[in-house]
Amino acid sequence: VAELTRRKLLAGGIAATSGAALLHSTVPHSHPWEAQAAEHHGGHTAGGHADFRDGRTVNNAGNGFDPNELLRDFDWGTTSRMPSGRVVREWELFASEMDIEVAPGVSFAAWTYNQRVPGPTLRCREGERLRITFVNGASHPHTIHFHGIHPAEMDGVAGLGAGEIQPGEKTVYEFDALPAGLHLYHCHVRPLAEHIAKGLYGAFIVDPAEPREEADEMVMVMNGFDTNYDRANELYAANSIPFAYMHTPIQTKRDELVRIYLVNVLEYDLVNSFHLHGNLFNYFPTGTSKTPSEFTDTVMLCQGQRGILEWRFPYAGKFMFHAHQSEFTELGWQGFFEVV
Amino acid sequence: MEGRAATAEELRSGRVPAWLLGLAPLILIMLAIGVFALLDGPGIGDRRGPPAEELAVERTTLTPGVIELTVRNDGPDAVTIAQAVVNDAFAQFSGADAPIGRLETAKVRIQQPWIEGEAYEVALMTSTGGTFAHEIPVAVETPANDLSFFGLMALLGVYVGVIPVALGMLWLPWIRRIPPDWLRVVMALTVGLLGFLAIDATLEGFELAGEGSQAFGGAALVLVGGIVSYLLLTGVSAWLAARRASASGATLALLVAVGIGLHNLGEGVAIGSAYSVGALALGAFLVVGFAIHNTTEGLAIVAPIAHLRPSLSRLAGLGLLAGAPAVLGAWIGAAAFNASLAAFLFGFGAGAIVQVIVQLAPSLRDDSGRTLHPGAVAGLLGGLGLMFLTGLLVSV
Repeated sequence: VAELTRRKLLAGGIAATSGAALLHSTVPHSHPWEAQAAEHHGGHTAGGHADFRDGRTVNNAGNGFDPNELLRDFDWGTTSRMPSGRVVREWELFASEMDIEVAPGVSFAAWTYNQRVPGPTLRCREGERLRITFVNGASHPHTIHFHGIHPAEMDGVAGLGAGEIQPGEKTVYEFDALPAGLHLYHCHVRPLAEHIAKGLYGAFIVDPAEPREEADEMVMVMNGFDTNYDRANELYAANSIPFAYMHTPIQTKRDELVRIYLVNVLEYDLVNSFHLHGNLFNYFPTGTSKTPSEFTDTVMLCQGQRGILEWRFPYAGKFMFHAHQSEFTELGWQGFFEVV
Repeated sequence: MEGRAATAEELRSGRVPAWLLGLAPLILIMLAIGVFALLDGPGIGDRRGPPAEELAVERTTLTPGVIELTVRNDGPDAVTIAQAVVNDAFAQFSGADAPIGRLETAKVRIQQPWIEGEAYEVALMTSTGGTFAHEIPVAVETPANDLSFFGLMALLGVYVGVIPVALGMLWLPWIRRIPPDWLRVVMALTVGLLGFLAIDATLEGFELAGEGSQAFGGAALVLVGGIVSYLLLTGVSAWLAARRASASGATLALLVAVGIGLHNLGEGVAIGSAYSVGALALGAFLVVGFAIHNTTEGLAIVAPIAHLRPSLSRLAGLGLLAGAPAVLGAWIGAAAFNASLAAFLFGFGAGAIVQVIVQLAPSLRDDSGRTLHPGAVAGLLGGLGLMFLTGLLVSV
């Protein structure tokens, strides 16, 4: 109501007076598309899709990780055998602080596991004994809290077991790989939102004892960055770098089984989603059952939710995938599969 | 006395030249800074701490498919614009390739198929991840600065400035016939009108100052503008008075015309800028409103010269002096709007009006020397009320 006043009053005045037309008619009506065609400047852009300035990309080498490599990078750790013959699988994770170029020319002070965001995709087999050595090389206390089944003192939260790991200290989380499925891990130190949103998270895959079908497997951790600290994300992505899979489409083969391990860690927004173009997929929530819950092209996940997606591309060509929240899409969370 | 103190004459004729004594403190300050810098004292050299980024959008231009922002770096550190986001989507843009230094400006041309009448939020993302959001409440194409547009703005200035003032001056014959008591009431009415204008212009100035780049002083610009114009006009009026032996009605009328002219300059700027950003729809309603509102300004000019017989050309000159600046203002506002400049101009206009009020005040005095006699109070209140009511029609 506050804005009624002048504009509406004046608009009324115009309607009432034809003489006004004399003064009013000099503003031509706009045809945006004409100007868009005319407005061309250097650099390739993603062919009409939302993109960074002039289609520029971040310096992956400078960041030390590349989203196109993270995609198929599964960290199996190192194994040894107990006297009983049971496999012991071990990893070492260390927390540290580093600046990441999250958008071309924009740096973000991230908190990382093993100097990458998301942290390494830890992968093991159901029933193995897991031993994760955590070294805190950062300047704030951190933990690793795993989703899955484990004793309380291995939960990686304050006040239980080793509790918060202070800067310069370390601990070992040890538990059985249970249950089979897709899980995640993240820091669980207050303030939680900050410790997660700055980058302390990763995917944790427990393969079933009976292996899944051979497939082209990928991991996508859906995340975002609050670059101006207003508790809302300025950037969205799968595997941290917005538009990365627009600039370098993910290569896949026709008729080959594609399996995506999809994890949502997005802070500040209530939900996130994954949508596939030109196809539908079988969806296995949390990957705990081998029977799909749904055959669909869009799934919605809250923070911490995850699931396995499986499909085959019957046609060659480029197919988009993105969050089906248009805001997230055009702020970075979109990409292409290129099927050959 | 002569035993313990030097005479003024002796002090003036010392061995050291006066200009050197005047410069000595400045030279010492520079030496001190130089030594401090040589010793690398804290506070000299690079600023420490995280960068403090400030960007103010000074001008928004909308052409089909393009939103162009002129931004000024308000803060102490250089700002690098890395990305642009329109309504929560990254957008392509050109300009601002290099870091923008302190107080420098840059033009950012963003490709956006904007739709007339809708609202947009443009966020510029800097290299530190900071964002500067700029609201476009109603998208309307910015008129091209061509001849026909300037003609339109001139016409608008004539409508809201020249014509109403000229109409108001037609009260002259009537004022001549009314008795002195009534004339004082009319003068009080005039002061009331001007008082309202001064308040209005000051507040408008403060509002504009809030929008503009704070590095130029913000609200202080309004006050500085007011003081500058008050002092300038006081000087001019003193000069005129010295030449003409007494502050005649003619001088007063001239001063009133100048004061109102400066006010109309500011009003023209506001109208021109509002029109160019689409916040002002033109229509007979607006023109009629301004006619009523500004007609009273004409009355203020002729009231002090009721007892004289000025020539028609002189009257026309006064009318133009008071009204024509609205044309100039509309041009400035539409073509080169700058909130800081506009704030200064509004303060300038307000200061001029206050000066005019001070000049007019003595003419309110009745035979017993009182200024605020019942007639004057009624006139003042009437003037304020009239401006308030007619102002409702045209607030820009």
